[in-house]
Amino acid sequence: MHAFQYHRPSSTKDALSLATSKSEGRYLAGGQSLVQAMKLRLSSPSDLIDLGTLKDLSGIKASGSAIEIGAMTRHAEVAHSAEVRKAIPSLAALAAMIGDRQVRHMGTIGGSLANSDPAADYPAAVLALNATLTTHKRKIPGDQFFKGLYETALEPGELITSVSFQAPKRGAYMKFRNPASRFAMVGVYVADFGSGNVRVGVTGAGPSAFRQTEMEKALSSRFAPESVASIKVKPDGLNNDLHASPEYRAHLITVMAKRAVEAALK
Amino acid sequence: MTVKVSMKVNGKPVSGEIEERTLLVAFIRENLRLTGTHVGCDTAQCGACTVQMNGKAIKSCSIVAMQAEGADILTIEGVAHADGTLHPMQAAFKENHGLQCGFCTPGMVMNALDFARNHPSPTEQEVRESLEGNLCRCTGYHNIVKSIMAGARAMAASK
Amino acid sequence: MTTSLIGARVTRKEDYRFLTGAGQYTDDVALPGQTYAAFVRSPHAHANIRKINIDKAKKAPGVIAVYTGADLAAAKVGGLPCGWLITDVKGQPMKEPPYPSLAQGKVRHVGERVAVVIADTATQAKDAAELIEVDYQTLPAVVNPAKAKSGPALHDIAPDNTCYVWAIGDKNAVDAAFAKAAHVTKLDLVNNRLVPNAIEPRSANAVYSRAEDGYTLYVASQNPHVERLLMTAFVLGLPENKVRVVAPDVGGGFGSKIYLYAEDVVVTWASRQLARPVKWTSERSEAFVSDAHGRDHVTTAELALDKDGTFLAMKVRTTANLGAYLSTFASCIPTILYATLLAGQYRTPAIYCEVTAVFTNTTPVDAYRGAGRPEATYVVERLVETAAREMKMDPAELRRKNFIRQFPYQTPVALCYDTGNYEATLDAAMKIADVAGFKERREQSLRKGKLRGLGYACYIEACGIAPSNVAGSLGARAGLFEAGEIRVHPTGTVTVFTGSHSHGQGHETTFAQVVADRLGLSIEQVDIVHGDTSKVLFGMGTYGSRSLAVGGTAIVKALDKIIAKGKKIAAHLLEASEGDIEYDKGVFKVAGTDKKKMFGEVAFAAYVPHNYPLDKLEPGLNENAFYDPANFTFPAGSYVCEVEVDRDTGASQVVAFTAVDDFGKVINPMIVEGQVHGGLAQGIGQALTEGCKYDETGQLVTGSLADYCLPRANDLPLFKIDTRETPCTHNPLGVKGCGEAGAIGAPAAVMNAITDALGVKDVPMPATAQTVWRAMHRA
Repeated sequence: MHAFQYHRPSSTKDALSLATSKSEGRYLAGGQSLVQAMKLRLSSPSDLIDLGTLKDLSGIKASGSAIEIGAMTRHAEVAHSAEVRKAIPSLAALAAMIGDRQVRHMGTIGGSLANSDPAADYPAAVLALNATLTTHKRKIPGDQFFKGLYETALEPGELITSVSFQAPKRGAYMKFRNPASRFAMVGVYVADFGSGNVRVGVTGAGPSAFRQTEMEKALSSRFAPESVASIKVKPDGLNNDLHASPEYRAHLITVMAKRAVEAALK
Repeated sequence: MTVKVSMKVNGKPVSGEIEERTLLVAFIRENLRLTGTHVGCDTAQCGACTVQMNGKAIKSCSIVAMQAEGADILTIEGVAHADGTLHPMQAAFKENHGLQCGFCTPGMVMNALDFARNHPSPTEQEVRESLEGNLCRCTGYHNIVKSIMAGARAMAASK
Repeated sequence: MTTSLIGARVTRKEDYRFLTGAGQYTDDVALPGQTYAAFVRSPHAHANIRKINIDKAKKAPGVIAVYTGADLAAAKVGGLPCGWLITDVKGQPMKEPPYPSLAQGKVRHVGERVAVVIADTATQAKDAAELIEVDYQTLPAVVNPAKAKSGPALHDIAPDNTCYVWAIGDKNAVDAAFAKAAHVTKLDLVNNRLVPNAIEPRSANAVYSRAEDGYTLYVASQNPHVERLLMTAFVLGLPENKVRVVAPDVGGGFGSKIYLYAEDVVVTWASRQLARPVKWTSERSEAFVSDAHGRDHVTTAELALDKDGTFLAMKVRTTANLGAYLSTFASCIPTILYATLLAGQYRTPAIYCEVTAVFTNTTPVDAYRGAGRPEATYVVERLVETAAREMKMDPAELRRKNFIRQFPYQTPVALCYDTGNYEATLDAAMKIADVAGFKERREQSLRKGKLRGLGYACYIEACGIAPSNVAGSLGARAGLFEAGEIRVHPTGTVTVFTGSHSHGQGHETTFAQVVADRLGLSIEQVDIVHGDTSKVLFGMGTYGSRSLAVGGTAIVKALDKIIAKGKKIAAHLLEASEGDIEYDKGVFKVAGTDKKKMFGEVAFAAYVPHNYPLDKLEPGLNENAFYDPANFTFPAGSYVCEVEVDRDTGASQVVAFTAVDDFGKVINPMIVEGQVHGGLAQGIGQALTEGCKYDETGQLVTGSLADYCLPRANDLPLFKIDTRETPCTHNPLGVKGCGEAGAIGAPAAVMNAITDALGVKDVPMPATAQTVWRAMHRA
């Protein structure tokens, strides 16, 4: 790890002004991705602005048909939250599948989304649950957030403060893990909001998470596994690595989507 | 540049002057000379560095020490009773031959302690899932799984 | 003691320190004035080094020294030696290219050491290492062993990248048998390259004392005496008496910590230049490119059978990838420890095997758990299972038909099995695995959308390479005995010194059981000391499942001497003749009387020799022994694996695994079971998840645990295991060795199950979800 200056702002306002003055700095949320990258010297920020003590960035609120989760809320808190389990059980289940127990105790939803790892789990939920990301200065619709490999709509220094998810009538997330890293090789989140409104978020398969519109259309007319089982996803543009070719990933999208629908119907 | 960090480790207040980039595990091993917490990888897979921070199992290789400022840290050295008697979870590992070379063992125990508090009578499958973040190369996990199941029950019984 | 400690499930003496964080591994050792080393490693698979600029690094904060290959050459530091000379088919010695500790003008694999920085802190050393500028002229690389012969030459001495072509067996007899065979089964097999990945990374910490003109090296090693011998005599030219090597608690080895590594040499040499302790601890990503890898064979194998399924002959051609240099025991793995095992458990009358060992631009390959024997078992057991399927015979029955039933049995590939009962382990395994109920389970799985398969593997293993003179005639450059010492203290407690080394095997308990049982002591009264050349008289270390059979026997031989002397002392104390003294579990007794002396009384008399035959006998009770076995031991077993394959994704899960092994006599069943579990996990890992991959340019694709998949708890089932005993005939304990069995037998069992599930002839290892999915769609 290269040297950096560490800052522990006492308020969100301080954090923002630090970010403005330290252009090569990075926010430190849970650190479960950033610290790893720094250890391998793949990332070398000049400054780390630790958000760990900012209480106002953490917490879970249920309001009407939505669940709002503070950016610094740990994955384990989402997984165990009574509110989340009641309103969007599939989201709690997704949070319980991220990384491992230890990672879930530190990792945060805001950190995960800001990092936008192509194989992270939450991005599938953001798309499928029609989430809205609130930053210190604006609201960003989930559909407009992911821009490419590790790229998001966030501007330099812009800080996610919370994420609001719409509760579907039913939904499920199915993850096919990379056997070594345990990240999603393909993860598919299917959410049925009723009245023919179905959203399908896919992670792990492309440079960043995306919606599978063909499946959404098919499921909107009939929310059943058979509606997606025969959809052949095109492998063009999908990720290629040791563990999965684009063709295999394309195939897995269909399989995971079908299983997610099955699970949602249970 | 060095900075001061303070926390509680195994019930005792500690502090140190460290480089800001010092990982929590390095602070524990090198500054405090508590070498029971191990480093087995550099990508957060192996879990040999697992400690508890404020009662929750975390990987001490995946945070900088400054993130633990003011926290309550428990390492493997703080688990046994003051008279040296093994904690029921440690005893279960011994009884069930849940360790061989011993290198992954502290991380296994620290994770298992936290897990068992919330799962007093876990199933085999629950235990296997709880070990997602801990690698062992010696035991094939067979006896670790048995140890944690037995340890969890022993912990529940001793409450 | 009334009950025997032999065969008892004694919990381990070593566990307390490991469970309380009090274990002392090499990286835990911090010495006054400690410095830290960081290595600059080649990013290229093959390149000439034009220039190395160390100026910036030398000026970096905390830096004490920077060394390159030129410094080691100037100091006449030798290359790393290879411990086994293979003679090729033409009677010529194998090609032995120099293996420098720091590169000399050329690098031949990614991760090769180019320079070392030594600084006050590990972080400073790593920071400064980044400042070293190396000007490389990259060269084309060769990675695939099958293409090595026509690839760019790594070493001048071997223009065709061939280290040797070696063969064993009667080729004419094999050809004749194939000519009249009713059926021939042929398979092209790849035994995938593995990275051992002991969870403790390698570490070395050397200190030189001017006052004593001596060195101490703490190192994560499986055999500290061998490390010392190789380093002093062949590399650094130091007197052995001035070098102490300590292998303290070691966090797993699996073969990867047998060898003398360049990092150990460099820190030891540097410690004298600086007169300060120098420590290096590997990061996991460094381990992936610098720890010796395992396996990596490409094989064509054929089995000839008559119309009834009787084996007539076997023909095997293997290309073995040695990597860029010859690691310590690399040369004997694909030859002496591989081809000699091709008879397996069967009466195959003629076997011929030819091995071409090649250099490639990859990390050196050496012994990894099983070392040659898993590769042999994979060849034999995949062939046998495939032959059964092709001939529409039951795979278990075909095995039975060909089992060796008379012992001793001389195989056509040099080994002579002393004992075994293969039918017994197969019967037991089939019963425990409920093979009879498999059809129904297969139906049940199918209803869940899963394809279920069952596969067998009946393996043979040869443990405790021996005897030394035979090994020597085959090219071994070291002895293969073991040493042990029993030091009885005046009050009758005992310290045992063993040349074996425990890095998870539990010797401190098993060996103590052997000694306590024989001396009638409690387990607490016996301590085992290992891993320190200044304490232990000598040792060949622990590898090849040799510790109990060879190291344990050395202890027994020393015990024999203790008891023989004890009888003399007891005879004096009891005023009887020595010939009338009987001994059993701590009691010396005059035959036919109730006159007796306890072991503790005899020990006390030896150290307080007031009433003692000083005219005939030295005081004290301390004996040592060296033991060189008459033969290998031959553990064997039968494994039955069941897998379920997800038809939609190709994901395979081992849902049941039964292992019945014959390890001879078992001292501590609990520890033996643990060894089997661990071996099985590594064997299942090889079959399903682990595969070391390079791209065509020689870059390591699986360079971290985020890419290279070690099995996790959730990837494995609870194992069903049992043992059967045919005691080894040539050691007093009747033991054979259990450390590698699981890794030897499991890959073939798993792959036989997967191919059964899919109904295909072969699926390459590791059978990852994608690989299986592709196999399903090809089929």
